[in-house]
Amino acid sequence: MISLKMNRLDVKVEDGWTILEAAKFYGLEIPTLCYNEGLSPYGGCRLCLVEVGEGPRAKLVSSCTYPVEEGLVVRTDTRRVIEARKMMIELMLSLAPNSKVIQDLASKFGVKQVRFKIRNEECILCGLCVRMCSEQMDGRAIGFQNRGYKRKISTPFDIRSEECRLCGGCMYICPACQLRCQGPQADTAVCNACLNMDPTCLDHYDDLQCWMYDAGRCGTCIRESPEKSAEKEQTSK
Amino acid sequence: MKATKKIKTIKDLNQTIQSYIQKRKSEKRPVLTVSAGTCGQARGSLKVIASLKKAISKEKLEDKVKIKVTGCHGFCEAEPNIIIQPQDIFYQKVKPKDTSDIASQTIIKNEIIDRLLFSDPISKKTVLKEDDISFYKKQKRILLGDNALIDPTDINDYLSIGGYSSLTKVLSKMAPEEVIEVMKKSGLRGRGGAGFPTGYKWEFTRKAKDTSKYIICNADEGDPGAYMDRSLLEGNPHRVLEGMIIGAYAVGAEEGYIYVRDEYPLAVKHISLAISQAEKMGLLGKKILGTDFNFRIHISKGAGAFVCGEETALIASVEGRVGEPRQRPPFPAMKGLWKKPTNINNVETLANIPLIVEKGADWFSKIGTKGSKGTKIFSLVGKINNTGLVEVPMGITLKEIIFDIGGGIPGEKEFKAVQTGGPSGGCLPKEKLGLPIDYEGLTEAGSIMGSGGMIVLDENTCMVDVAIYFLNFLRDESCGKCLSCREGTQRMWEIVKDISEGKGKEEDIQLLKELAQTTKDASLCGLGQTAANPVLSTLRYFRDEYMAHVRDKTCPAGVCKELITYLIIPDKCTGCLACIKVCPQEAISGELKKVHVLDQEKCIKCGACFEVCQFDAIKIE
Repeated sequence: MISLKMNRLDVKVEDGWTILEAAKFYGLEIPTLCYNEGLSPYGGCRLCLVEVGEGPRAKLVSSCTYPVEEGLVVRTDTRRVIEARKMMIELMLSLAPNSKVIQDLASKFGVKQVRFKIRNEECILCGLCVRMCSEQMDGRAIGFQNRGYKRKISTPFDIRSEECRLCGGCMYICPACQLRCQGPQADTAVCNACLNMDPTCLDHYDDLQCWMYDAGRCGTCIRESPEKSAEKEQTSK
Repeated sequence: MKATKKIKTIKDLNQTIQSYIQKRKSEKRPVLTVSAGTCGQARGSLKVIASLKKAISKEKLEDKVKIKVTGCHGFCEAEPNIIIQPQDIFYQKVKPKDTSDIASQTIIKNEIIDRLLFSDPISKKTVLKEDDISFYKKQKRILLGDNALIDPTDINDYLSIGGYSSLTKVLSKMAPEEVIEVMKKSGLRGRGGAGFPTGYKWEFTRKAKDTSKYIICNADEGDPGAYMDRSLLEGNPHRVLEGMIIGAYAVGAEEGYIYVRDEYPLAVKHISLAISQAEKMGLLGKKILGTDFNFRIHISKGAGAFVCGEETALIASVEGRVGEPRQRPPFPAMKGLWKKPTNINNVETLANIPLIVEKGADWFSKIGTKGSKGTKIFSLVGKINNTGLVEVPMGITLKEIIFDIGGGIPGEKEFKAVQTGGPSGGCLPKEKLGLPIDYEGLTEAGSIMGSGGMIVLDENTCMVDVAIYFLNFLRDESCGKCLSCREGTQRMWEIVKDISEGKGKEEDIQLLKELAQTTKDASLCGLGQTAANPVLSTLRYFRDEYMAHVRDKTCPAGVCKELITYLIIPDKCTGCLACIKVCPQEAISGELKKVHVLDQEKCIKCGACFEVCQFDAIKIE
């Protein structure tokens, strides 16, 4: 067992835990975004920042990747943490303003404005889809490309990957909605690029923000809604 | 070169070293030393060497003189240079056509060729000897000095200056723990940037319990304008190898990697050659010099990503993964390469090791300040007379480096700032010139030691423009994993770019400050944690300049294109047509001996007319 201090509480946790796991165990809330219990921690979104150490050596670390250490002093809600967290949310919002997950975070932490130019990229590069694909689906069909501001997520050579089994795991886990194709049925679909095409996306899938590339094979986007089928029937009659 | 014989015992190596030292002493022929590092070669030293050889054979001097090709001597401004021993004559900026004169006049008649001598920018006198040049006077060249003495492609030449004697000392007389004690006592700190005490780093790896350990030499020098590690690897590769072998012995590693960027072909060539020579001589391999110590070195070539200088990213790259940093702890000393304890040292750090072993910890700790010992190599570049690598004792002031060693600013311009520590360093203004240079002092002033880049900026430099340059570098070189670093550098760049284009608002300054602080606080690795320095330090010392861009929409230094206009002063214009000829836009019109007119509509503000005008008839507003 490892003894440490969290928000002035003396706590004891298992060796090998991360700060985030310890905090969850003791009921201390730390917001997360790129963290998922079923996937390896990544530490990219910097939302789960906590302050460790004391005095001038105190620093911010991502709690999802930082292992607990004997005698560690952790604070989850200092001014420094809150300010950094708010800035992270503001930056995420500027990239994916339509994301429900990020909007909820913004409202929860009182981020009321975005002072940066909105980029509408609908992706915050949190890497959840990449890890989902390789760790849970054993696919390794998508990954990061480039570095710095040119970084993006894609398949090798930007063409449909042989490895992709069209499981849809990446879309399922995406918090920013770029990938989440909900087809014609959902009213709240964010992408819906497939809906706005005529003829259907089958002919245009290269331009579609859909990971399935071979659109139509998954079928979600071209499956007709019951209403529409009924409508068609009506007209044919 | 003769085939090297394998040396089997420490005693044999000592004898070999002694015999080569004697051989060097008994060398009576004049020696012509030509510098041919990457910098020298770029300025034509290979052609000089070829024509020098021709000139020597034409005068039938082949047996009477010795030509030695060495690495970089550090004084880039004077490249390619030839030093002639025993008179110690220093010829600079030698051209191939000068070599016949050198052979016929200097070697045969012992006459000095005045036109090849160096004219000192400070004393305004021509100087005969290297030692008399003001550039060298205040330096303490314990590392770089040997570059001029040895042929880097010949292990025997390294032996002849007492090379590898520190290794025999360590292997014959010292236990690993004793070596670590010496390093701790010497106060040597990592030269790669962070300045962690080397002795303690070694101790952590030594104490880690595992069956195999690694040592890595970090030669991933990525700062724009910094090249001291390259110069050491090119000019004295065996010194680095010796330091690495001693380090491996101390930490208990049996395998080592040199992580060097592929953009340094000459360094890769020389260090590879050095490794194969050391292997042949039995200084690397199994049962080194008859002891139980085994050590092998591999070369791992990087593709030149700046972030791979960070140790966890470096390890990932060596392992063949994408070069992205990971959370520490666990530190590499516990879990590094292939999850084994790994010790990573910078090239310059390792080059110091043999010297400390040879001369003792006390000798080393006498140089420098309380917290920072020894010397540091800086690459002094930018608006400075004497460009080059300077090695100075810690604690020397910026003023001494820039004005006494560097010879001040060319063209009688005013000094404005000095940028230290590479892209993640900061800009220090005139008021900080008296600052003694050490790790703590620089950090306190808002910059960092970094790996030792030093870029001098003059009055014609716009600090907003400088911030844009470094932010542009960082937004490109950030690995992109942390949102704070990837978006932080990108957004800072966007804001500063807007300011430079006159689109900035006053609240942007506040946002910039906040964002810079968060980027610094929230990022995982050293790159992100220092990425805000170019902004924070320029904001701290040159806020007025930012405000001028934001409030008055002017660029005081006349650099930011969107905020300036070029005007022709009719009184000064002589109508020489020079500007008309260079203008790529045909924006200037006029006739000979009549005042020219500039069409602002067509002007793209390239500044070509300003550069070419000899009558100062073009002004920037």
